[in-house]
Formats: sequence, structure tokens, C-alpha cells
Amino acid sequence: MPKPTLLVTRRLPAGVEARASRDYQARLNPEDSPRTGADILRLSQGADAILCCPAEKLDAATIGALPASIKVLGTFSVGYDHIDLAAARMRALPVVNTPDVLSVATAEIAMLLILSASRRAGEGERLLRAGQWTGWCPTQLIGAAVSGRRLGIFGMGRIGRELARMAAAFGMIVHYYNRTRLPPDLEGTAMYHDDEDKFLSICDVISLNAPGGDGTRRWLNAERIAKLPPNAVVINTARGTLVDDAALIDALTTGRVAFAGLDVYDGEPRLNPGYLTLENAVLLPHLGSNTKQTRDAMGNLALDGIDAILAGREPRNLVK
Amino acid sequence: MKPRLIVSRQIPPAVAARIRAEFDCPWPEGRDMTADDVIAALTQTNADALMLTSHLKFGAEIIARLPATVKIAATCSVGFEHIDVAAAKARGLPVTNTPDVLTDCTADLTFMLILAACRRAHEYDGIMRAGWRRGYGLGEMLGLKVSGKRLGILGLGRIGQAVAARARGFGMQILYSHPRRLPPEQEHGATYFASFDEMLPHCDILTLHARSGPETAGIMDAGKFSRLPKGAVFVNAARGNLVDEDALLAALTSGHLFAAGLDVFNNEPAFDLRFAALDNVFLVPHMGSATVETRNAMGMRALDNIQAVLAGKPPIDPLWS
Repeated sequence: MPKPTLLVTRRLPAGVEARASRDYQARLNPEDSPRTGADILRLSQGADAILCCPAEKLDAATIGALPASIKVLGTFSVGYDHIDLAAARMRALPVVNTPDVLSVATAEIAMLLILSASRRAGEGERLLRAGQWTGWCPTQLIGAAVSGRRLGIFGMGRIGRELARMAAAFGMIVHYYNRTRLPPDLEGTAMYHDDEDKFLSICDVISLNAPGGDGTRRWLNAERIAKLPPNAVVINTARGTLVDDAALIDALTTGRVAFAGLDVYDGEPRLNPGYLTLENAVLLPHLGSNTKQTRDAMGNLALDGIDAILAGREPRNLVK
Repeated sequence: MKPRLIVSRQIPPAVAARIRAEFDCPWPEGRDMTADDVIAALTQTNADALMLTSHLKFGAEIIARLPATVKIAATCSVGFEHIDVAAAKARGLPVTNTPDVLTDCTADLTFMLILAACRRAHEYDGIMRAGWRRGYGLGEMLGLKVSGKRLGILGLGRIGQAVAARARGFGMQILYSHPRRLPPEQEHGATYFASFDEMLPHCDILTLHARSGPETAGIMDAGKFSRLPKGAVFVNAARGNLVDEDALLAALTSGHLFAAGLDVFNNEPAFDLRFAALDNVFLVPHMGSATVETRNAMGMRALDNIQAVLAGKPPIDPLWS
């Protein structure tokens, strides 16, 4: 029996590509060129499955026009806001993602951003690299303590919970705001809030860990920023669309928000240029899951899901 | 009458406010003084006390020149390499430091360096400041995951223990080398190595928290770096003189070390600029205690020591007894 055909939209870690080539007629992208919806339609003719990435927009028109031979769509990500799920459902196209395996690596980036934004590491780094360090002094580059401060987590899913565990080890006091309260074994010592205003008022540090999409678009806007305590720190490792960039840039400029640490941006990689010159923002290029171990695990999980669908089984990573 | 105080370096506003309330001090906000400035100010004001930082080299020579009115010198730091304690003792001058109050913030910064070095924060920041504009492939620019790795700690004192507590939140396995094995309530399951050499091959990440002194000067030499596994990460937020920097630079450029995170250097602030040319290091300018909360606490602790001695009580944090 011939191997099924798999379209892989971007270059993947070597081990994952080797597995794809072993089990499939794999259409790889060794040049790692960006793919548009039209490219995907063209390249997927006659294929059985697609493994895509968050950089590609699988909107209703693209999904509606996919060849009938496509039986499963995998995404190399935990988020699926780039895929029109309603259109996939209409076409009865199963979608698989990569939950769990990147939670820890992403929470590490959130903790790194909490620390480096609060402690002004970006400014310190630039001072040293420029050879402009003139000496230690008790008032230079004074940041905000992390231990003992209140961390508010918006969206207490897997990544939020990993972050809560890490932050507690730093002596942070963890609060969270979520649609529903977690059961005690998942909640740990974190304090639940069902009142948004009250939640915002205790966030010395606020970390966004909610999914993207229309329900959370520009959630952190000027009105909500105004409800944070003075000198708050804003962290976003979830989706750029959660933040009203103009409002956050304004708050960082006036000092209403003391520091920000961001890994994701609306419209990335073409982020709002207002961020680029802010000294009190620590910026990372959406590399929350960027460890070798994690990327391999993501690729393998996505392939597990595609394998299962093509074999007529229901995978554990089926998006419902 | 309020006691008279001289402050040899700029200090945070909250500390200056207390100085204004409790002391007679010509420059309560502090100003940056040389040794000659300090002697002149102490002499002109018949000062009772001196508050200093590591900025001022407080050696035998300056101690010999202190006017007789000075009854205590309090440094706003936990380290005291800048103080000749023997000379102070010979003169009967109480000298004090500020332990404890900077433990948490220094441990936080140490862990930040671990994360930043492993997760390539310098390179990522460089990508952003250049405007990004290009997406990265799924196998590109990969860092090391911190969670679950083995963390070696040289010196499991207060700061070392606070770093270990943070590391446990990341499910790390803790190894330590220390002059003696600690009791279980301080060890928390960490694995003890009497021999530092024997610990090194087991460390995915190594962080230094040893006391600085003749027995630890240059302890991280080429031989020690070579005993770390290939691809290890090295962090130092303790003291620069623990490290042979030529050996560290060689290990970073050869690829033996994956990365390093450094808060301290042999020669501060004129640190070796060869570090600034490397991509696989994350550098910060000796900021372990640089938070509002900690710097205030350090200043207050130094003033508590001064007030205790001027009230005829023993100092709280004496450097000799």
C-alpha cells in the first residue's frame, strides 16, 4: 500500500521531518518559505493530510477550497486561532494541535519575562554591551522586587497553572481570573477571582495566558489598564491580539505601567513599532516553545494525531 | 542633638528621608565621594558615623586617617571585600554589613540569568530591537529548557538555598558543594558533593554562590570548566573574582558551554569587553540587589547598625567581634 501524502507547510526539526518522510510521502519545505492560502491549496492537491503552522491563515475560504482528499489538518501549535474551526466543522475536517507539550517551556518564558521586566535586565544588558557601565551605585537601574509580589494570571489553563507553580517558588502570591474556578487539585494555592475589577486591582504583575480569538480581542485595553495598581508589570506570552497595543504603549510611556514583558504581538512579526524604542519593555520574538526538546515533542504529537485520524482512530489531541 | 553622619554614595530617597529625620548630615541623599572627600567631610563635621558602599575602598590607609570621632562604619552591601576588617579591628572600629535583606532579590536575579542564558534572551532581544520582520523556522534559534535539568550550586548559604527553592518550582534536581554537608531541613533533598570537582560532570547548569576569599579566588579555572558536560550553562551572580575570565571566554567561544549569565565581573565597571561581543551570554551590571524594596532595606539595615552602636549597644551585623 502506498504511503499517504502529507503536506508540511514549513521546515520542521530534523527528527520530526525524518519521521514524516519515513511514514508519509512528505512534501517538505526545505527553504522554509512562507506559505499563503493559495500556496497551500496548490501544494495540497492529491494529499491526504496537512501539517501547518500558526503563521498561515486557514480561513473559511481556504478550508472550503481544500481538495476533497485532505482528511486531517494538523497544526504545529497549541493555539488554533489561525484556523477557522467552524469552516473545518462544516467540511467535517478534523483538526489536531499540540497541547501540553509546550506548557512548561512557555511558562518558563513567562517567568523569564516577569523577572527580566521587573529587574530591568534589558536596560542592564544594553548598558554593558555599549561599554557604558560607569560603576555600581545604590540607585542605578533600580527595579521592582519579584518575591512577595502579587501575580494575577488571566486564563488558568495548562500554561497558566505551570506558571503559577513556578511563581509560587519565587514567593509570589498567585491570583487568577478565569471563566470557571478550578478544582482544588489544579488550583493549588492560587486565589480565584470571579470579579474582573477586583482581580485587576491586585495585579502587581499581570500575566495573560488566555486563548486568542474574538472573545479576548484587545482585552487589555486602556480601561482595564487604568484599574491595575500603580507601577504594575504586564506580561503577555499568549496571543498578541489580547492587548490593545496603542493603550499599552501609552501606559508604558507615561509610566502608568512600569514594565512590560512580551513574547507575542498583534500582527507579528510586524509589531507596532512603538514598542521597539521603549526601554521599559522586554521583547522576545514569539519563541515561547523554542527549546529543542519542546519542538520535537510538538512535531511528534502533531504527527501522532495525523497518524491516528488516517488510521480511523480518535487522537487525544483532537480539537473539539 | 542628632548624631552626625556622612554618606559616601548616592542612596535611595526613602533612606535619605530617615537620615534627615534621625541624623545631622550635610548631604542626606548621599553623593559620590573619593577617599579624600570622605576623610575631609568626616573631619569637618566631626562625624560620628560613616555609611559607605563597595564603591569606597575602605583599606588600612583610609582607616588610619579617620578622625577619632568616628565610632562606626556601616557598608550598604552584604559583601565586604572592600573593607580591611583586620585594620578596623586593630583600631577598635565596629564595621557592619547588610546580610539577609538581599537574599530573595539576588536569588530572583540569579534565576533570571539561568532562564535568560538557557532561553537565549540576548539574541531574542537583538532580533526584536532590529524590528523582527522575519518569522523563524521551527528548528531555528532553539534554546534549552530549564525545567527538569540538573542544577549545581557551589555554596549553599542563604542565597544558594533561595535559588534552590526557586529551582524546585521548575522540577530541577539540585546538587551542591559546600564546605560541609547541611542538615536535612536546609538541604531539602539536594545531593551533596564534598568534592566540587566530582559534582561538575553532573551539572547541566552551574551557579556560584560561594563566599569570596583567598580559597575561592579563581576557583572556576579552565580545568573546572572542562569538567562540566558539553553544552552546560554557567551563571555567576556572586563575585567576579571566583572566575578565571580567560577560561570562561574560551569555554564560551569553543562551544563547550552553551551559554552564560553574568551579573559580576573581575574588573567592575571596566569589565572585559570581550564578553560584550559574545551572543551566548546574558550580561547585567551587578544588579543582584537592585530593587526598590531591597535597596531600601539595605540602607535601613545599615542605619540600624549605626544607631545601635551610637546608642552604646553591640552592632547587629558586626564584621569582627
